[in-house]
Amino acid sequence: MLNLETAQSPHKLRQVAIEPVSRVEGHGKVTILLDEENRVHQVRLHIVEFRGFEVFIEGRPYWEVPVTVQRLCGICPVSHHIAAAKAMDLVAGYGPLTATAEKLRRLLHYGQLVQSHALHFFYLASPDLLFGFDSDVGARNVVGVAAAFPELAKRGVLMRKWGQEVIRHIVGKRIHGTGCIPGGMNKALSVEERDALRRDADEIVAWSRESVALVIRLCETGPKYYKNFGESRANMMGLVDASGASDYYHGGLRARDADGGTIFDQVDYTTYQQVFQEETKPWSYMKFPHIKALGAEKGWYRVGPLARVQVCDHLSTPLAEDERRKFVAFGDGKPQHGALLYHWARMIEMLNAAEMARDLLNDSDIIGTDLMADKGTFRGEGVGVIEAPRGTLFHHYRVAEDDLVTYCNLIVSTTNNNQAMNEAIRSVAARFFNGREVTEGLLNHIEVAIRAYDPCLSCATHALGQMPLEVDVVDADGALVSRGRKG
Amino acid sequence: MRLAVLGWGNESRGDDGLGPALLARFAAAAWPETTTIEDYQLQIEHALDLEGADCALFIDAGKNTPAPFSFYRVIPRRSLAHTTHALPPEAVLAVYAEVEGEEPPPAFMLCVRGESFGLGEGLSPDGAARLEAAWEFVQALMRERSLEAWDEMARPFLSFAREPTAGGRPAA
Repeated sequence: MLNLETAQSPHKLRQVAIEPVSRVEGHGKVTILLDEENRVHQVRLHIVEFRGFEVFIEGRPYWEVPVTVQRLCGICPVSHHIAAAKAMDLVAGYGPLTATAEKLRRLLHYGQLVQSHALHFFYLASPDLLFGFDSDVGARNVVGVAAAFPELAKRGVLMRKWGQEVIRHIVGKRIHGTGCIPGGMNKALSVEERDALRRDADEIVAWSRESVALVIRLCETGPKYYKNFGESRANMMGLVDASGASDYYHGGLRARDADGGTIFDQVDYTTYQQVFQEETKPWSYMKFPHIKALGAEKGWYRVGPLARVQVCDHLSTPLAEDERRKFVAFGDGKPQHGALLYHWARMIEMLNAAEMARDLLNDSDIIGTDLMADKGTFRGEGVGVIEAPRGTLFHHYRVAEDDLVTYCNLIVSTTNNNQAMNEAIRSVAARFFNGREVTEGLLNHIEVAIRAYDPCLSCATHALGQMPLEVDVVDADGALVSRGRKG
Repeated sequence: MRLAVLGWGNESRGDDGLGPALLARFAAAAWPETTTIEDYQLQIEHALDLEGADCALFIDAGKNTPAPFSFYRVIPRRSLAHTTHALPPEAVLAVYAEVEGEEPPPAFMLCVRGESFGLGEGLSPDGAARLEAAWEFVQALMRERSLEAWDEMARPFLSFAREPTAGGRPAA
């Protein structure tokens, strides 16, 4: 098989660079190297890594960290908040959380999943799905669906708002909240707050279910296209509970290979450094984690919705489980690896999270006031892992006896997906590049593949600035062959 | 004029904190009929924060934008980037139009130029100076609190004709 990542003779290749420029950080860049016959030979997705975050955390008191890490990412601060709190539960020596504290954390997390998945689908993915990709496949068939879009757009905003309200009520503020603390929670959910959230919960579940139905209708307009776009066969990983159900808050790590065979199961995530290797490559700041036992070439994996719905044996709620089975049937029972199927999987998860959130709001423990676990001996080290909206998120800390963090290691979802995203873009480039120039169509398709993964672009900075997409075609001698610009 | 003021940014990212810093002064001033909303970044649900407002003012830091700041009208424009991580004010206004089925309130952007955005940094000396300049300008805005006056005050900035911000291409 042609290795599209590392060319044997890069000096003979032509380079095509696709680079949105002038973001402070958070810009991505795609480099396509061609061989002498203008075939795609090498593709790399460059993403600015979470540089400096570990240093930012080291030296801070451990109890401050769950709040501080929210500033790492403007799009999923709650994920970092929860993962850090889980790690610090261990660091500080706390025992199992109280029922109320764990349920509040879970509700917080499910609210985050709903709002994040709703944002992605209704704002970022649905235009792709509803209006096509500069492609004739299915484009005409989705016109009828597009007619329904205005109402869907409104639902998307309201679902996101509901998820945000869950977060606000649990952590006390819209941003900079401090709900999760080592050992538990620092705020109970009042009856009034619970009732305010519960009032709309059934509707959120119903809308989530209709969102899954919409994706299914879209996929049915061109099944082959949806299955094959950006397809890259990959290992898959996610957290599952003891029964094999996806568990976004806590569980054991399970990995399956591209054919669905089990690589490992119920791995204690605190041993992650024995299981994974974080490889560095000279052309990227972002690390490339892989399963040690399989090596770098075969051990990379996919995380996030598309992996999770296929790693698990079942989902914990009836409506979502019903939808998961439809998804499995769409692939004739075999694992599916097309990038666009992320959108379907994401909506199944949104339904799963909405159902679980509704159930928690109907659970009397959620308004309990026993919020702190019993404290044992200070341990000084802890690993916290959750399934964030974009995939598995690792937080690992060591803390000295003076309570200051001495070591911090984060593996964020996008880092876990690094190789998988590269492979998806390779698949798209190999299929759509005409060997001469970067067309509008190719740009669109590459953007669609990147959007499917919704990589975290270290966006904690987001100052205004133009964000054009620049395309340079450069020959092996560095001469500019052509240039395109969007935005 | 009921005013919704939205400021966003990350105070742990150097001059990216210009938006929240200016918004904090806005909030402390407690001007009547003025609602302040802070967030890490602008998102679709902020369209709902514009409900009932006669005017919206967006405040953010900018990179490679005019110094010390620029002030201009923003209009709805649907955009589609390759990530959910960047949503410009124009897109929020477009979302408002989609969701509410009506034109969004008139809106202005106050963009304060930043220079350094490193993690763990405070405001740069230039950023701090521009914060003061922008604050003086805000006070002038609030003394002349009408759309006509604000349009007039935006006129000197018209030479900084610019494309819509970080949103990428319009939707197909």
